[in-house]
Amino acid sequence: MIALEIQNVTLAFTALLTGVALVAAALLIARLISPSSYNPQKGEPYECGIPTRGESMAQFKVGYYLFAILFLMFDVETVFLYPWAVNVTRLGTNGLTAIAVFFCIIVLGLVYAWRKGALEWK
Amino acid sequence: MQDLSVATSWFHSFLLGYIPEWAAVTLECLLIGVGLLLLYAVLALFYILFERKVCAAFQCRLGPNRVGPWGLLQSVADMFKILIKELITLNHGDKFLFELAPFLVIIASMLAFAVLPWGNGLEVINFNVGIFFLLAVSSIGVLGILLAGWSSNNKYTLIGALRSGAQMVSYELSMGLSVVTMVVIAGTMNVHEICMAQEHLWFIFSGHIPAIIAFIIFMIAGTAETNRGPFDLPEAESELTAGYHTEYSGIHFGFYYLAEYLNLFIVSGVAALLFFGGWMPLHIPGFDAFNNIMDYIPSVVWFLAKAVALSFIIIWFKWTFPRLRIDQLLTLEWKYLLPINLFNLVLMVVVVLYRLTL
Repeated sequence: MIALEIQNVTLAFTALLTGVALVAAALLIARLISPSSYNPQKGEPYECGIPTRGESMAQFKVGYYLFAILFLMFDVETVFLYPWAVNVTRLGTNGLTAIAVFFCIIVLGLVYAWRKGALEWK
Repeated sequence: MQDLSVATSWFHSFLLGYIPEWAAVTLECLLIGVGLLLLYAVLALFYILFERKVCAAFQCRLGPNRVGPWGLLQSVADMFKILIKELITLNHGDKFLFELAPFLVIIASMLAFAVLPWGNGLEVINFNVGIFFLLAVSSIGVLGILLAGWSSNNKYTLIGALRSGAQMVSYELSMGLSVVTMVVIAGTMNVHEICMAQEHLWFIFSGHIPAIIAFIIFMIAGTAETNRGPFDLPEAESELTAGYHTEYSGIHFGFYYLAEYLNLFIVSGVAALLFFGGWMPLHIPGFDAFNNIMDYIPSVVWFLAKAVALSFIIIWFKWTFPRLRIDQLLTLEWKYLLPINLFNLVLMVVVVLYRLTL
């Protein structure tokens, strides 16, 4: 059984290397056959034709971070649901009560975020 | 159903007769790598043509029809054309991250691609946590998109990347929860065992109401995950030119294009796996003659047919619904899909525990 898992890790590594090889090979071919010339205008940020005004690293809404943090909490909670979901029929009542408490915490978290207005895009 | 793992294990023992084990494993890994690469490229080219043809049909146009018969070679020609275009280097961007971002995007889709059940015994990676591994690796793609937008040193790409990041992480939640719902009924996370569990009836039929709700949520979340219309606001061309890949040119842009179409295939493949039995033929309990006839169609054909049919539905979405605003998008996810999903999970547990499955 352990040997099988090692084989799977090797295969996952193979897939990863395949991805790297695909990008590297395509880039190599493109660099060999594509033209290239230098022009200081070419490397400027694409905007509207005239030189860029101000910093390119513009300010952006903090709302994006808020949703990222909310995602982090809920996603980690979802991860904890997986091991239980596999064994839902085998764990019986004990497992069900434990996960019910945990599930209530998730729902309470969502209700709290909702009431606090964290889900509004302002 | 013929089990194709017989063929692969025969090949392994055939190789062992001539060369030592480490060499055999290396050779097999090399062959798998080449196979994945070819399949990846061919599927992406097919999907690009498929989408263009379907879009053309929706708009009463002909679509590409000049290169090759019925335009079949159009995307091959496009690939060569994109290879001979110049790769522009930026003056101010972060060059290392700019080069790294396409690698991450392609690696994420390639790893997810390798988990899909192609046929009976044809899974490349057969982890016991297969579907979980698939969700985990496909989230690396968000990282690539955020890095691409940030390292390009451009306002459009920055805003495009942030929108894309917020959208993809939000809908990943729905995707994860609908997968949990289906794991409850399957009782396993191994992709092969999920297929085997649907031997008598596909989950969308045996799980009836909760499975159908999970399927609808999964398709919506999958469309948003792949940044396709109506959720294509990270690349809303009237506001952000091309979104996070504005500064990429030539084959650099091609990688994002490839990954986008492959992600479309992966999402439809996972939907086919979780709801329509993966490579499992259509079986109806009690109709043995019908089931036997269905078994004659090879498992690979079943899987590809289901995946392409579901992709067609996702492409159809694009021409049916107008593009959402970012606040509508986040409201849809957090105020509708997430609560419905949590309720649906409870419903599925009740259905499974009281044996109400068909």
